[in-house]
Amino acid sequence: MDYKNTILVCAGTGCMSSSSLKILKRLEDLMAEKGILEQTKIVKTGCFGLCSVGPIVIVYPEGAFYAHVQEEDADRIVNEHLIGGKIVKDLLYKEALLENGEIRPFEEVPFYNKQVRIALEHCGRIQAEDINDYIETAEGYEAIKKAITKMTREDVIEEIKRSGLRGRGGGGFPTGLKWQFAYNAPGDQKYVICNADEGDPGAFMDRSVLEGDPHAVIEAMMITGYAIGANHGYIYIRAEYPVAIKRLEIALAQARESGYLGKNVMGTDFEFDIELKLGAGAFVCGEETALINSIEGKRGMANPKPPFPANEGVWKKPTIINNVETLANVPKIILKGADWFASIGTEKSKGTKVFALGGKINNVGLVEVPMGTTLREIIYEVGGGIPNGKAFKAVQTGGPSGGCITADYLDTQIDFDSLTALGSMMGSGGMIVMDEDNCMVDIAKFFLDFTVEESCGKCTPCREGTKRMLEILERISEGHGTLEDLDKLERLANTIKSTALCGLGQTAPNPVLSTLKYFRDEYVAHVVDKKCPAGVCTALLEYFITDKCIGCTKCARVCPVTAISGKVKEKHVIDTDKCIKCGACMDACPVNAIIKK
Amino acid sequence: MAKNVFTEENFKKLDQVIAEYKGKPGALMPVLHEAQKIFGCVALEVQKKISEGLNIPLAEIYGVATFYSQFSLEPKGDYVVGVCLGTACYVKGSQSIIDRVCKDLDLEVGKTSADGKFTVVATRCVGACGLAPVMTINEDVYGKIVADDVPGILAKY
Ligand SMILES: Cc1cc2nc3c(=O)[nH]c(=O)nc-3n(C[C@H](O)[C@H](O)[C@H](O)COP(=O)(O)O)c2cc1C
Ligand code: SF4
Ligand code: SF4
Ligand code: FES
Repeated sequence: MDYKNTILVCAGTGCMSSSSLKILKRLEDLMAEKGILEQTKIVKTGCFGLCSVGPIVIVYPEGAFYAHVQEEDADRIVNEHLIGGKIVKDLLYKEALLENGEIRPFEEVPFYNKQVRIALEHCGRIQAEDINDYIETAEGYEAIKKAITKMTREDVIEEIKRSGLRGRGGGGFPTGLKWQFAYNAPGDQKYVICNADEGDPGAFMDRSVLEGDPHAVIEAMMITGYAIGANHGYIYIRAEYPVAIKRLEIALAQARESGYLGKNVMGTDFEFDIELKLGAGAFVCGEETALINSIEGKRGMANPKPPFPANEGVWKKPTIINNVETLANVPKIILKGADWFASIGTEKSKGTKVFALGGKINNVGLVEVPMGTTLREIIYEVGGGIPNGKAFKAVQTGGPSGGCITADYLDTQIDFDSLTALGSMMGSGGMIVMDEDNCMVDIAKFFLDFTVEESCGKCTPCREGTKRMLEILERISEGHGTLEDLDKLERLANTIKSTALCGLGQTAPNPVLSTLKYFRDEYVAHVVDKKCPAGVCTALLEYFITDKCIGCTKCARVCPVTAISGKVKEKHVIDTDKCIKCGACMDACPVNAIIKK
Repeated sequence: MAKNVFTEENFKKLDQVIAEYKGKPGALMPVLHEAQKIFGCVALEVQKKISEGLNIPLAEIYGVATFYSQFSLEPKGDYVVGVCLGTACYVKGSQSIIDRVCKDLDLEVGKTSADGKFTVVATRCVGACGLAPVMTINEDVYGKIVADDVPGILAKY
């Protein structure tokens, strides 16, 4: 049926955290009250990507992009827009309103116009909890149909190989080749695992795909199963993602009910079903051998490879493990063909990559760009640059396995190999932007602290070595470091890299090595001058009272060690030797006269 | 602790869960997840029961339960105050928020207050990075906060 308007309300975790469901309810109530419910299609979508301006509501046919929507704004959207036919201009996202008063549809605002959405294509477009919307709006389950009715298993593998798709979970291993290994492996029982553990702190692309387009992942797992000869799949998902888990449960039930999952799929003799397995908050469980141990009910510790899971995986059977985003590309490749996919991206990295853009950046959110886009384009055009007029300092890619990249390399075209060449990594796609106020020693310490906590403890270099590295970093940030410490850090880092058992330990030193390489002067400032140039490492800071001081005496009254002296209405002074750096004075000062440096 | 969770009724629920998963491969993790939902933790008594039910040595269960950060050996408080220390939140200053929470509640990270009301935890990316820095109290999410907002938020509970 034809609708007069379509209204999309974001129900991703970001927007739901700021009450988007209440807005949805209010919209529905009002439309019912005004009798226009029938003529409006309401879609509760997954993440639109531009989380920093949420909650987001989009109204078609105009594509009007409403940002920062509040519950009471629902009334104006219904009355003025849906009924009155006039876009509520003052509620629009600011980039959607041009100076001449015309509006720019949602797809054309600068955040979106450089993006190419393949993995995220349906996220923010379809109703995730409705299989029919996936089927009608997104050609859902057409790819598996094409695969099982028109293609041999070998054809499917060949198509994926020719597309050039590489794994999006970190390593970038060619997906088709991996499938070929599992296809070749002897044995009549095989498995497909979707890795939805997403342990990288600061990455949420897999979760968004699962929340916004769960059927695509299910369909892709079926295609994988058909290709390698598996009839059973597991989705290993973090328990911390309740919304994604719920939508997957709904999607699985719908797919079974509609006859997609189960025996005799679409009247063929293909059979496939999927089971959810909940992770329990261990980063190392994203590593494939650890993940397999966890599914088997054991502690999630890594095993040496080979044997690779493609030959000996869960329950010792040939198993394919693919990442969520990798899988989300698969149905589209089958439908549109390998040549289409291979025409996007760079020579050795095809297609697009989703990044979780965060940190000191204006447009925080999810972005999907073709491989080969430069860091500058992502940060300044899509990301809208650095807030508050601050200077760009570095961008960290690849999470705890990656490293920092400096301004000199902003014109690098990103793909798997160029990032590795810079001492960083694509990793899962976390991209954290840092400005002049971030201390690189502190950031290195942050990641190492993460690794130490998450190491499974099986092998000594990772268990002990990273702890020693962290201790050195702590010493440096407290002002007790020496120049020899920097050499020691490097030696330890290189040893751990080459001797740890699994990817966690092998990449753990990367954040330290890359900051040492690009920001050595900042380390030197910490150990020689005992200063933290960015003003982060508390032990190295001193509190000062500037000329802005109006002599209100508030600071002197809160100081627990009476380190502040001065007369009423005169500038106060801090006795640095007495000061214990609690910061209470800075909080108390009404005119921000107290600084630390 | 404020209330007794180790009731006969809860143990009965656990028995049902064990019966449902018994004999299935990889049963331990789902049973631990369910047990944690029932009791709010997987204390040693709970593990013992699972050990008997699933025929898995207690040592192995203990090893699994302590390996994963989602499983807690002690019951949590009525309100779990989580501050995200994921990368996106950290670079935007979430450390100062958790410091403030600990100071105001007079608790260390991971500990529960004597009256069983609050537990403070440091979480890793709750997936609302657009709102960084993020603090959660049970299901409620507070985004884009500064340390000075903490007392006002805590006062609501
Ligand atoms: C410590 C560690 C953590 C990992 N975490 C994840 C993860 O959370 N999600 C993921 O898909 N891959 C993760 N990986 C990579 C997986 O082991 C594996 O390579 C990937 O899931 C394969 O899928 P792909 O070929 O589609 O990328 C991790 C690897 C290591 C070493
Ligand atoms: S490298 Fe670290 S995480 Fe990997 S097996 Fe060794 S101890 Fe475990
Ligand atoms: S930082 Fe604390 S100890 Fe130092 S001067 Fe200010 S109030 Fe006093
Ligand atoms: S890093 Fe805090 S929500 Fe993602």
